[in-house]
Amino acid sequence: MYLALFIVFGLLCIGGALNLLFRRHPIDCALSLIVVMTSLAVLYLLLGAEFLAAAQVIVYSGAIMVLFTFVIMLLNAGSEERTHGSAAAYAAGMPGIAAIAGLLAFLFLSQNGPAAKARLGDYEVSTGALSRVLFRDLLLPFEVTSVLILVAIVGAIALAGKEH
Amino acid sequence: MTIPIAYYLTLSAILFCIGVGAFLIKRNIISVFMAIELMLNAVNLTFVAFAHMWRQIGGQIFVFFVMVVAAAEAAVGLAIILAIFRTRNTLDVDRIDLMKL
Repeated sequence: MYLALFIVFGLLCIGGALNLLFRRHPIDCALSLIVVMTSLAVLYLLLGAEFLAAAQVIVYSGAIMVLFTFVIMLLNAGSEERTHGSAAAYAAGMPGIAAIAGLLAFLFLSQNGPAAKARLGDYEVSTGALSRVLFRDLLLPFEVTSVLILVAIVGAIALAGKEH
Repeated sequence: MTIPIAYYLTLSAILFCIGVGAFLIKRNIISVFMAIELMLNAVNLTFVAFAHMWRQIGGQIFVFFVMVVAAAEAAVGLAIILAIFRTRNTLDVDRIDLMKL
């Protein structure tokens, strides 16, 4: 059951990512990225991170991707054309990327310790435990991130607002 | 039924490499930005997998902060893309080659 869930949603992740890689229209890329992020939320649930799964759906595939699709439709972005630079990137980048992925996969799969196993429900971090760390030990960094968000909002309005 | 954590790490490595490939071959600036988001997500999966492996909550806290920073980054980045499009009338990264806005 656990293995089946992992395989189904892992394949959805990789399929969505490959669709993002090979489609030319940005809106196709955005929708396949939503597929990847939602499948990653299920994988977080499998790893016992319930709060992060909810936050992944709400923040990533909700807020951020809606912002992306909004900008794509606002700018009326069409399909990208193939240029000289992209041909060079295909020739040099793809074999390199495949080599790095193969090397990393070999490294990870060749040295798995006996303790490094995941089972459904053997380690669950509840939202309460997470927030206890976040609001007790890491209160200052948490508040600093809220200032960061505020600065980002002001910066976004200053950058994207109408010029005078 | 158990599966090794290494499977999660491998999946995350594959996703990250696909993100790097998309970052290299995409010519639309919004698609390049989405490739960066894909790489961030792949690293988040690594954090959660290691948090599960070592029974540490710190990995999940890291993912939370990465999400917050990614949200801020997306807002500012898309505003920059809007400003570029307004002055250049193009989204092609090959045509955006002057520092002057």
